[in-house]
Amino acid sequence: MNGDQGPSFLTLLFAAGSCAGAIAVVLSRNVVRMAFWLIVSLGSVAGLFFLLHADFVGATQLLIYVGGTVVLLIFGVMLTASGPLLKIPTSPAETFLSAGIGALFLAMIVSTVGAVDWKAAAETIARQDPAAGPPVSGEGYNAPEEGNTLRPIGAALLGVRPDRDLGREPGPNGSIALSTGYLLPFEIASVHLLVVLIGAAYLARAKRRRDRDSGESI
Amino acid sequence: MNELQLYLLVGAVLFVCGVACMTTKRNGIGVLMGVELVLNGANVNFVAFSRYTALGLDGQIVSLFVIVLAAAEAAVALAIALNFYNNHLTIDVDRGDQLKG
Repeated sequence: MNGDQGPSFLTLLFAAGSCAGAIAVVLSRNVVRMAFWLIVSLGSVAGLFFLLHADFVGATQLLIYVGGTVVLLIFGVMLTASGPLLKIPTSPAETFLSAGIGALFLAMIVSTVGAVDWKAAAETIARQDPAAGPPVSGEGYNAPEEGNTLRPIGAALLGVRPDRDLGREPGPNGSIALSTGYLLPFEIASVHLLVVLIGAAYLARAKRRRDRDSGESI
Repeated sequence: MNELQLYLLVGAVLFVCGVACMTTKRNGIGVLMGVELVLNGANVNFVAFSRYTALGLDGQIVSLFVIVLAAAEAAVALAIALNFYNNHLTIDVDRGDQLKG
């Protein structure tokens, strides 16, 4: 909520890093270099998350995205791209078309971001939902700048919301309607991950193909 | 320009780069990287709204779910890409036109 002094140097640095990484991913032809620029972009986005006081999300971004997903993609590059297949050219017409459409779409989003009065929109949300507020206030040992979202996120994944319900004014009959947490989506995500694990291992396993002519399995 | 708009612009650039990556790359892995960029652009918006508006912690939790589901999606898509490579001996997505009829 510090609107006046403008973005800090680190904010600008990480914003420029993420944008430049993303543009370099689009522009580079070599798929290995694309993976490298993707690491730059995702790492800068993790820095932006830390600057937004979202320490747990930033750490998860570094661990799962940069440490897991990109490594998975690099394994995919290693297993599929051999020699001449490393670079597959795109026709100039397609490049021109998608660059034009992308520029138009970007112009639309930028004009929308500039046109909306975000402060008034935030005040409208705050009026409609009295329990909502800035992310974390008062709980935990640290100041928000040093990261204290871990406990509220853990509690929300267990289904209780101390970040919204603690310290609220009771209603007319002296009771507080508790906010909802994320226990069911958490469970669904865990079962989904299990299914994905089994499915990916089944799909990617080495198959024994039978050669039709000689009858030998290869 | 306040900080929320800066973050929204970063999210917009990531999203548009991801869409351009998905449409122009013929390498299947490159298409996957475009998907990751799109999901990251959405995540930047979620966390920025969680910081600067009354959305609160919900934005951060939704972005956590997005990260987890993106990892799952990458694993399955990579398995599919490996199968595609086994069958076609290339990763060019333009060659996957066997259902063309």
